[in-house]
Amino acid sequence: MSPFDDIRLAVRLMWRDARAGELTLLAAALVIAVACVTTVGFFSDRMHAALAQQANQLLGADLVIAGDRPLPEAYAEEALRRGLAIAHVARFPSMALHAEASVLADIKVVSPGYPLRGEMRVADALYGPDRRASGIPVPGTIWADERLCSQLSIARGGIIELGRSRFTVALIVTQDPDVAIGFLNAGPRIIMNESDIRATGLIQPGSRVRYRIELAGAPEAVESYRGWAEPRLQPGQRIQGIRDARPEIRSALERAEKFLALAALVSVVIAAAGTALAARRFVQRHLDAYAMMRCVGATGRRIIMLYATQLFLLGALAAAVGCAAGFLGQALLAYWLAGLVNVSLPAPGMMPLLHGFITGLTLLLGFALPPVIALAKVPTLRVLRRELGLPQRAGAIGYVIGLSAIALLVFWRAGEVYLGVLAVGWYAGAIVAAGVIAWVLIRLLSAARFTTVSWRYGIANLQRRPLGTVVQTIALGIGMMALLTLTLIRGDLLAAWQNSLPPDMPNRFVVNVQPDQLHGFSEFFAARHIAAPKLYPMVRGRLVKVNGRPVSATNYDDERARRLIDREFNLSWARGMQPDNRIVAGRWWVTGQELARKDQLSLEEGIARALGLKVGDALTFDVAGNAVGATITSLRKVDWDTFNVNFFAIVPPGLLDGYPVSYVTSFYLPPGHLEVLTALVQRFPNVLLIDVAQILAQVQRMIEQVARAVEFIFLFTIAAGLIVLYAAIASSHDERLYQASIMRALGATRAQLLRASIAEFALLGVLAGILAAAGASGLGYYVATHVLHLPYLVHGGVWIAAVFGGAAGVALAGYLGTRRVLHTSPLQSMRELS
Amino acid sequence: MESPPAAELVRVAGLCKQVNIADARLTILRDVSFEVRAGEAVAVVGVSGSGKSTLLGLLAGLDTPTAGRVEIDGQDLFALDEDGRAALRARLVGFVFQSFQLLPAMTALENVMLPLELAGAREARKLARAMLARVGLGARLHHYPRQLSGGEQQRVAIARAFATRPALLLADEPTGNLDPATGEQIIELMFELNRERGATLLLVTHDEALSRRCNRVLRLAGGRMLNGNAHS
Repeated sequence: MSPFDDIRLAVRLMWRDARAGELTLLAAALVIAVACVTTVGFFSDRMHAALAQQANQLLGADLVIAGDRPLPEAYAEEALRRGLAIAHVARFPSMALHAEASVLADIKVVSPGYPLRGEMRVADALYGPDRRASGIPVPGTIWADERLCSQLSIARGGIIELGRSRFTVALIVTQDPDVAIGFLNAGPRIIMNESDIRATGLIQPGSRVRYRIELAGAPEAVESYRGWAEPRLQPGQRIQGIRDARPEIRSALERAEKFLALAALVSVVIAAAGTALAARRFVQRHLDAYAMMRCVGATGRRIIMLYATQLFLLGALAAAVGCAAGFLGQALLAYWLAGLVNVSLPAPGMMPLLHGFITGLTLLLGFALPPVIALAKVPTLRVLRRELGLPQRAGAIGYVIGLSAIALLVFWRAGEVYLGVLAVGWYAGAIVAAGVIAWVLIRLLSAARFTTVSWRYGIANLQRRPLGTVVQTIALGIGMMALLTLTLIRGDLLAAWQNSLPPDMPNRFVVNVQPDQLHGFSEFFAARHIAAPKLYPMVRGRLVKVNGRPVSATNYDDERARRLIDREFNLSWARGMQPDNRIVAGRWWVTGQELARKDQLSLEEGIARALGLKVGDALTFDVAGNAVGATITSLRKVDWDTFNVNFFAIVPPGLLDGYPVSYVTSFYLPPGHLEVLTALVQRFPNVLLIDVAQILAQVQRMIEQVARAVEFIFLFTIAAGLIVLYAAIASSHDERLYQASIMRALGATRAQLLRASIAEFALLGVLAGILAAAGASGLGYYVATHVLHLPYLVHGGVWIAAVFGGAAGVALAGYLGTRRVLHTSPLQSMRELS
Repeated sequence: MESPPAAELVRVAGLCKQVNIADARLTILRDVSFEVRAGEAVAVVGVSGSGKSTLLGLLAGLDTPTAGRVEIDGQDLFALDEDGRAALRARLVGFVFQSFQLLPAMTALENVMLPLELAGAREARKLARAMLARVGLGARLHHYPRQLSGGEQQRVAIARAFATRPALLLADEPTGNLDPATGEQIIELMFELNRERGATLLLVTHDEALSRRCNRVLRLAGGRMLNGNAHS
């Protein structure tokens, strides 16, 4: 017989099994698992791309290469060769003159095509209605922002002198996409056509000019360009995407990805439980076939190969169906979301198909193949002695293999080692704990003395096959635990995230308020019945020494570290810590004694990591020409997406007294009150007003999308949960049916059997519910506090839902599953099962 | 003048089987020896627990003995490994069981086809069809076991057993689950096929009617063979 003959035979055997319904459960579990993984994969892919695209509108491009000297032409040439769109931008400060007035303006020289992403908005008159700009200023004209116009008291058509040239103000700029990045350094702004710059004579050797090449194109092209460009960066050059630019967006995007990864993970875990149970049933129902085939002379190896081939074919088929379902699922989800959030999702990539396929096969090979291989342990003598089955321990090694497979899958799906380790550790621990607890509970049940026959039989049924009961309890418990965890994620955790962005979240930042304006500033808000925002002091200083040794950008390999050393830190002082900060190392100054020590500093942990700094390091800053020293006494984690003013470096009050200080604040401006801004800029012409409403809306949209997506995935998870439930009940179905037939033959009434069956399943449900509630509460708490950094509320509801819901759900399912035996004659049941 | 005896197809010598149950060592078969010539029909009878089914399991190489040997067609069964014994069964042995042992997910036809398919027979379907027609089930090819009566199920099992043309047919209480009338028909069918195909029949039973139809009856009691090579 050729191997090809055996493949054909395997196909025939599979067809026979499929026709008889023997494969339905296993196939359903696999299809759901694969569909779930691919839906999430496709959708995450698309959402990721959409979010990145939206975020890039804030950056004005998909990618930016910046440098403090003119950038080599090679960057632009390579980008064009790769089909990317490019725009050149140069920025530098310069005096802008109008009549007698002058102001230090931020000149932005742009090439045609700018901005590549997002939009520049312009108005004809100061504070007039604005519109999307088409193109860039024509040569000989400039566009000026509202601040510049109000500081120079100039209107449209006015003349501004810049270096050797004179320009007409053609339009007022109301919005420039890239204010989102590095806005604290921006002054009043002028947009100029690049063809005018040479004539102004403003750029001379030694001028402080930041050059940028902005790029946009297909995500893969941009990514590959980034891969090409990164190793070619020279000192003083850097590359930046939106993630590098805005901590708020980065943090929200990462959290969104974690939510989706978690949701997908949960569904994979449930599907794995379903697959394990379905595979167990498959093997149990093939014990006879195995023994029979051995008996008529097939070798064990050959039969196992036949089954393995059959499983592999089944897996491939189920994976294909699951992939198709996943593709449809995400299309449906995208369509549904399109109506809810105003965003067009880019087409998905094909990677999720591969992910889905691998997931399906891993589940199958992990959970179904080991028990099939264990068939080799079934004595052929089973054909004569039915009681000979799989040795009790034969399945155990299979489950270890299955769990390892799922662990690998989880690692891979989590996309993040920490989350993967956490999830695998938790589930593995939960399975072991669940096994032990279930065993103990079953033992304890035997001590309970029930007087009613039904309960006694129900309990006896559970105790008669302790291993089976433990496996059922674990699978049901883990399935329910995953469902509950997802419910918590969907409900509480998403709500907590949404609540972290209250409707009155600051949407405007005000920078550069001078100390003598503080009083007037408060008055300004009081007069308009708006709560005066809290002002934070800010002193600029350059980090010059670490532990007494001078530092320069060249000391660091890390690009971010070099940038941090290159630019000035915004130092602030505070007595108490802001609520959206959390100490991760060291201690904040609290006591009088701690406050008395002035030369200490609290650093944001991300920046500390980039610079390789730790608690105890002594830093020296150059502040206005003076050396100011401070030792790091604490590291803080900052919750950037609260949109509050936050600082990388904070010192206690007193250390920076006497240095040039300005103040910064953020406040919430309700829609329709733009006149407040006009008045503010007119009253305090030197301040810089930054609109972060766009960024905020961006983050809120993101949460909305994630919430919807998680809800959608939840539907899959419920389907997977039902499979687990069904599989758990089906796994002992035949045995129970047979027993019930005998009991009926011996005179048990239907009502007695029904009660016994409900008692058995209700107990099973309670056992599983207890395990699930304990596991989900613990996991929910841990995920909330340690992964998503959100507050967690303890929920009694979880316990009630799990224990009562578990009992009721499993009992109902058990009733539905056993109902048939009550309506079939005992003889027929026995004959079918003998 | 006697005709020269046919060659022995089955040779059993000093067969012992002991099992450990709890702390006790239980002897199921003690020093059982006998021979069966090709073409013979032999019944092994004895009360429940006398070791009949254990003996049958050993003769088929489904189990291994504590001591002794079994030769089938001159081949020492227990000198072979598990796969070797399976190959020998494929070549020489057919089975009929008390509980029929039909696979519930397969139709009557597919159940009969299975051993042929496993043996790589080219015309499995045709042969199985013919075999089922021979046992009178030509009209029930596509019925599942659960749709068949006990007698019909046993006919399918007999068709399956004879489909591969085994030299030795082992039967374990083939009428044990059937009413006397159906049992009688099944016995009739089995003997007919046995004659047609020139197979050797070795069956375990406590059905006296069945044992009387055999050439020879071997009696087992308490694991001992009471009449080793005696001919009835």
